[in-house]
Amino acid sequence: MRKAYIIKKTIYALITILIVLVFNYILFRVLPGDPLSMLMRNPKATPEMIEHVEAMYGLDESWWVQFVTYFEDMFHGDLGTSFVYKEPVTAVIGPKILPTVILFGLAEILAIFVGILLGIIAAWKRGTKADVGTLGFALVTYSMPTFWLSMIMLSLFCVTLQIFPVGGMESPGMAFADMGTRFVDILHHLILPVITMSILLIGEYALTMRNALMDVLEEDYITTAKAKGFSSRYVLRRHAVPNAMLPMVTIIAINLGLVVGGAVQVETVFSWPGLGNLMYEALNSRDYPVLQGLFLLITVCVIVANYIADITYSYIDPRVKE
Amino acid sequence: MSDNIVEVKDLRVHFTLKSSLAQDAAGRRKKTVKAVDGISFEIKQGEILSLVGESGSGKTTTGKAILGLVPFEAEKMLFRGERINLKEKEYKRKFRQSAQMIYQDPYQSLNPRNQVIDIVTEPLVVNKLVESEEERLELGKEALERAGLTPGEDFFFRYPYELSGGQRQRVVIASSMIMGPSFVVADEPVSMLDASIRTGILKLMMDLRRENDLAYLFITHDLSLAWLISDRIAIMYLGKIMEMGDSEIIISSGKHPYTKALTDIMPKPGIKKEGPRKVLQGETPDPTDVIEGCKFCSRCPIKEEICSKEEPPMKEVEPGHFVACHKV
Repeated sequence: MRKAYIIKKTIYALITILIVLVFNYILFRVLPGDPLSMLMRNPKATPEMIEHVEAMYGLDESWWVQFVTYFEDMFHGDLGTSFVYKEPVTAVIGPKILPTVILFGLAEILAIFVGILLGIIAAWKRGTKADVGTLGFALVTYSMPTFWLSMIMLSLFCVTLQIFPVGGMESPGMAFADMGTRFVDILHHLILPVITMSILLIGEYALTMRNALMDVLEEDYITTAKAKGFSSRYVLRRHAVPNAMLPMVTIIAINLGLVVGGAVQVETVFSWPGLGNLMYEALNSRDYPVLQGLFLLITVCVIVANYIADITYSYIDPRVKE
Repeated sequence: MSDNIVEVKDLRVHFTLKSSLAQDAAGRRKKTVKAVDGISFEIKQGEILSLVGESGSGKTTTGKAILGLVPFEAEKMLFRGERINLKEKEYKRKFRQSAQMIYQDPYQSLNPRNQVIDIVTEPLVVNKLVESEEERLELGKEALERAGLTPGEDFFFRYPYELSGGQRQRVVIASSMIMGPSFVVADEPVSMLDASIRTGILKLMMDLRRENDLAYLFITHDLSLAWLISDRIAIMYLGKIMEMGDSEIIISSGKHPYTKALTDIMPKPGIKKEGPRKVLQGETPDPTDVIEGCKFCSRCPIKEEICSKEEPPMKEVEPGHFVACHKV
């Protein structure tokens, strides 16, 4: 039963990725801008030079040969060459993955814990000051623009109070320091962007958890459990929270997928050398191959995260099997 | 100590409706719903008292109040002659073991993520009454089989969604009975079940009553069902008891106009009804409205001037038969 479910979900995920590959190809062919002019950046290029470059990049082939080549290369792990860096896209994207994963992994973990906790408190103490306070906090942070909060945090903690470094991941010259010093330095740089990103995520988690838990607390099996004389804490822990966690799994999974892409604003403001920053730069310089690579990475992450959510669901909710 | 297992005097449950910020600012009075507005009754050991009324009459709330699941006020609220004091931990523990609840909807009263064996034996585990896993399974099997789910072990590791409505209700009953209660509030326990399954569940409840000398507060909107199973019937309307007495007397010679209206439209086997049915006119008033006098007077066919001014007291017209009506 479960095996069939997993196989079905796997096939769906693979089909989606395939469609994304095709779409990603088309998207960057219909975008404005002629790859040649961007590659050469020389308005005085002679027709011979243009022909030479065309042949070099395979642009003289028909569209379907290009399409097939695109797929072939994709399966060999070749995502093309960056216009700006003149390096393979994989080599450009590769080193940016880890910083983003560190930053947003930590921010997500922090936000999930705090958000769920706040949501539980708000739902449990419904209508009290704790609830109203949590609700207010969640709504304000949830609707706050990312770049705005980032800039406020930056100017408050780095410029006015000068507690944290202004940006980047390391202080200059740290590459030569020993492991311990370097680690502490990176941590110091991490704190502010992690907190900023968490604040932006907490609201959504807290609101979702609050709503889900309030719904569950109205269920008859909660009253039944109370009538059986179980303590409030026990009812909350054993019956209410596990059932309220189901919708949380979905939004956590979607957010995990977006971790890679949602980084743009925070990373740009904090000059964090991650994927979001890279995307911003690639957009500015119309580096289409890099953008294409990033799009692919992000969509695949979202699909994989959803796939994991589906599989997790089948374990935590016995009703999901079809 | 009397032989009354539950004794309720002047029970009131009022809910204040949440008002919006704008309503507060406009200084409007907060609306109160008098779900239960001063009712008194008692249930004897091993007796079945049915609370009958239409939806919104406060019968479910009454049941919940007795089990302390909603805040209430009462002049007297005794369980086995003792005041129900749920603030006292030791008393609460004992009370929760001897008073149980069976819900209307077996699709919602079982935690969807727990397996049958865990649901049934949870009270034992929480109260630390089992020492080993074998003992837990053994007691769980016994409880399931007493509730008619045989062989019990076949149901251990199933989830509620894998069971039919009747089987679910049997799981609910097994779980309520495992602590050996002496009083059960059964809130429309069969109204969500198919007619073919109802009899089985009712029979099970009656069997359990005989074996354990159980008392039931049976909440239902189905007067003929109440007549079939209960010793006494109390008719509720808008948070008040209108008439209470032995079920035979209520059905055959009810005195209150509301009771009469209900029994009049009740199908009776073997009797061909003559003449048109006297169907009650009008709607139940909005429960937030303040009603002066008798709650029923807006729909009463025999009302007089006094009815809309003064609330009728409970009168004992014959031993054990109470009616709240000016005209009786």
